[in-house]
Formats: sequence, structure tokens, C-alpha cells
Amino acid sequence: MKLLEVKKLTKSFGGLMAVSNVSMVIDKGELAGLIGPNGAGKTTVFNLITGMYSPSSGTITLFDGEQGKPIQGQKPNKICNAGVARTFQNIRLFRDLTVLDNVRIAMHRSVKYRLLSCFVHSPGYRSEEQRIIDESIELLKIFNLDGKKDELARNLPYGEQRHLEIARALASRPKLLLLDEPAAGMNPAETAQLSEIIRKVRKLFNLTILLIEHDMSLVMKICERIYVLDFGSVIANGSPDEIKSNERVITAYLGEDAIDA
Amino acid sequence: MSKGFNKKAFIKTLALLLAFSVVQLLIRFNIISYYYQDILARVCINIILAVSLNLITGFTGQFSLGHAGFMSIGAYTCALIIERVPTVYGFIAGVILGALLAAFAGFLVGLPTLRLKGDYLAIATLGLSEIIRILFINLDSITNGAAGLYLQRRFVNWFWLYLFTVSTVVLISNFVRSSHGRACISIREDEIAAEAVGINTTKYKVIAFMIGSFFAGVAGAVYASYNYFIEPNLFNFSKSIDILVVVVLGGLGSISGSIMAATVLELISSFLQSVAAIRMVLYAVLLILIMLFRPGGLMGSRELSVAMLTELRKKAIAWLKAMPARAVHAVRSIAKGSGKPGDKSAGKGRVDG
Repeated sequence: MKLLEVKKLTKSFGGLMAVSNVSMVIDKGELAGLIGPNGAGKTTVFNLITGMYSPSSGTITLFDGEQGKPIQGQKPNKICNAGVARTFQNIRLFRDLTVLDNVRIAMHRSVKYRLLSCFVHSPGYRSEEQRIIDESIELLKIFNLDGKKDELARNLPYGEQRHLEIARALASRPKLLLLDEPAAGMNPAETAQLSEIIRKVRKLFNLTILLIEHDMSLVMKICERIYVLDFGSVIANGSPDEIKSNERVITAYLGEDAIDA
Repeated sequence: MSKGFNKKAFIKTLALLLAFSVVQLLIRFNIISYYYQDILARVCINIILAVSLNLITGFTGQFSLGHAGFMSIGAYTCALIIERVPTVYGFIAGVILGALLAAFAGFLVGLPTLRLKGDYLAIATLGLSEIIRILFINLDSITNGAAGLYLQRRFVNWFWLYLFTVSTVVLISNFVRSSHGRACISIREDEIAAEAVGINTTKYKVIAFMIGSFFAGVAGAVYASYNYFIEPNLFNFSKSIDILVVVVLGGLGSISGSIMAATVLELISSFLQSVAAIRMVLYAVLLILIMLFRPGGLMGSRELSVAMLTELRKKAIAWLKAMPARAVHAVRSIAKGSGKPGDKSAGKGRVDG
């Protein structure tokens, strides 16, 4: 069953075609990878899906069961509320807020009290706040961050900042999670730990995940389907094994001569 | 958990009532003179202004230079109503209507301008408050133009000042601790990330702007009734800057910082009144010093809390306890002419020599 369908997606910045005619399908529950050389347009595809950019042409459809809903060109907060959450390539935490606050803010859309209750802190307000705190801590436990809930996000080590960003993305209860280079800057042990966590949250939250990654060991190990992007176009898609032996992919990564050698 | 919370709230309420009664009694028995009552009133009005601007600039991160404009809307509304209904009910209606009109103006202005960022927003809000001022100057038939409005009676007393100041502080600090308030703070922290986690940034910017303007309107209304007299030029650019200075000095994102800074600055400028010539110079020097030594403002983005005070007390006690030892050490190292290799004074001596 489809969850996300991207059709003929194109984005040009002036004369530059950053993404051209990209079509892809992500099934529900799938763990898909988006790879490609630097500058291939991977992050641009993410930005288009999450509404940071609006596409020059093409459609992005998010499915809820059989029902498809176009989301292209909508504002990021609308798309997040429709069930697509993301992390960023260069970590974008709320650095000067606590770990707990980072997660609590992302839970805002589930908050039931109204604006006026904010001023008077009614009993309903208090129980709702308590629920938010409890659920946030539950979420932080998955990432072993519950002990650090009162620390400022900026003071966490790099790897934990990456984990916190994933936790924050999960706090908005998404159906589809987009991870932009989650393993960037991590050592092999941390990367292994990360792939464990990705597997775990996918099962726990019944998630569909699309990730961009340069670490091929991670991608080949955990992804079920891989899309390869080069110069803004999809040049291949398939299972890790198919991608490994695809000539166009090898050419894109290693150059023309690599195949003969 | 909830019982403990109630106890805390109870103690807070009791403390607030006690503070009110003590000052009320002191005023009643003329222990606080008119001079000090005047300072007290100006402190209260400044607190309302600073805390409300802090919500916009400190918590939501939207640099606004138009706060005096919203204040003037509240002031004129209240003054015009009191002119027609010179009773305390007229005053109350004036405060409420003035605040609502200011909030409405905040809404009208916020929608188009809050798409701007940083300096551009500052310039837009500055322009806006100037437009409001010019409007009040030119609406002769209603506002009496540049000559201003005189009011016959003053309705503001310590009770109203205290009520409005405490309500402003309590309501705004409740708001910033709520989920909606956290949404505002997330905009300051990282607007793109806030949008990505589902916060409607435009909506919360406008909400913060409206709440801030609302309380600026309250401050204006109270000011009008307190001062007997208002004219458009009281609410010019430099008034907006004055408020901003209080907020920055107290710490962007710290309500207790704003309260402290509003109090301290008002006291300083009052006590320096006798040396008017050097008053502005001293004022400026003070600002520069604070910005040099505490660039985040007096409080940074922290709030004054019981935990913080105990921490401070512990530090102070430790410091005092270490005093004799430190003194002995200092005397010894001076007497010897050189101390241990790590010793600061010894190190200095070597460099000098």
C-alpha cells in the first residue's frame, strides 16, 4: 500500500534544475533510502516533500489508507500536521532550550487546551501538561535521554543531539519520517547504535522511513528500497543488491573508468 | 503533586496580598511620600511595558520598536472615555477598551509585518508607531492634536497600579510556560525547525504580538489616568527605545529580569534628577557597563527562583568562609614577594618585573 507518491517533481532555482522529473513511491511501513553524490538534489527533494520549498511542477501525494491528499506547496507546519516529520542535515535543535522542551514543543499539535487556558492554568491545563511531560519522557527513554531531560540541548554530545532530533521528530507522531543524513559525523560504533534505534522506532511507532545517507554500510544494511539521485534525476531504484550492481550508479559514484577497471 | 502545587500557589497569593497591604498601609500613614508614590507608579507602568515587550522581543524573538505606539492607543482610548464618563467605571472601561484596541492594532500590523525579520521588522514597527503618533497629532477634533488632552481626575491609585502590574506579570508568565508559549519561544530559537515540528509560526507571532500590544494598551491607559495629561509626543520613538532598553538590560526572555531592570532604571533616573546635567551620561555609562559585563542582560534568559536564591546563598557563604584563608594567602604571598607557581599575584609580579 502506498504512503507517499511523488510524481514528476521538478524544482528549478533560476536556470538551475536542482530536481527534475523525480518520481518515487514509498510504501507503508517501508524503510527506503535516498542516495546520490554530493549536489545530486537529495536534500532539495526532502525540502520539497516537507514544504520548505514549493515545487516548480509535479505532485506529492500523501496517502491515508486509499485516500490520497496532495501536499505539494503547502506550508511546513501543515505538512508536519499531515504526518510527515523530518530531521535536518545540519542539526537544528532548539539549542538554548532543555532536552525536554525540545520534545514538548513538537507535541504542541496534540495539546488540547485552548489559548485562554494558558493564562489561568486551569486543572484541565495541568493534567494536559502532565500528560505532555509523561509522554515526552517515555519518548526520551527510547533514546536513553530521559536522564538528561533538564540539560540544554546545546550541551549534549553530538551523537545525542542527533538522537534528540529524531526524538523531537517522533514527538509530532508522524506516519512518515524523513531523516537527512542521520549518521553524518558519527563513528562506526555510533552508526551501529543508530541503525538499531532506527529499526526499533520503526517497529514501535509503525513508521515509514525515508533516509538520506552517505554511509553505504548503513544504507545497504537497513534500507529495503533505494532510490539513487544524480544531477536531480532518479537514475536507479531497487533493492540494495540491485543498486550495488547497477552500472549507472557505479558510474555516478566512481566515474566512467570504474566499470572497465 | 497537585497538592504541592496548590500550596505553592497559596503561598504566592499570600505574599502578593501581603506586599500590597504593606505598601497600602505605608501610603495610608504617609510613610511613603508623594515623591516615592510617584516613583512607584512609574515603576509599575514600566514593568507592564517591559514585560509585555519582552513577550514579543525576548520570548518570540520579534524585534519591535513600536511599543510606544500601542501604548498611545491605550492611553488615548482611556483618556477619551474618562473625559466623557469621569467615574471609576469609565476608567475601567477605558483600560479594557484601550487594551483591546491596542491588541486589534497589533493584529492589523502583525499580519503583514511579521513576515519581515530582524532589522526590517524593527524599521516597520518603528514606522508604524510614528504613523499612530502623527494620526493622533492630526486628528485634532478628537484628540486635541499636539496640545494634548487634560484629565480632571485621577482614578489610578496604588490598588489599580498593583492590580494591573501583578495581573500582567502573572498572565504573561503563565502564557510563556504553556504549550502555546513554548511555541512562541521555539520561533525565537529556530524558526525553520519550529515550522518543521508543526508550529504555525505566523499564527504564534501574531498571537504574541497581540498579547504584547494588549498589555501595552493597559500600560498606556493606566499612564493616561495617572498623569492627568497626554500628548502624542510622549509616545515617540525614544519612548519605544526606553522600553526596549529595559527589556534588553533585564535579559531577553526573562520576566523577572524585566521587572528588576524596570525598577532599577526608574530608581536611578529618579535619584539622578538632582544632577540632571550628568544624568544621561551616567545612565549611558551604566548601560555600557552592563552590556560589557553581562551581555545577556541582568538575568540572561533565566528567571529568579527560590532554587536560584539558595544557590546564590550557598555560593556567598562559601565565598565568605573562604575569605580569611584567602586574605592570609594574599598577605603571605605579598610578604614573600613570590608564591607558588600557579599563584596569580606571583605570576603578575613576574610579568611586571
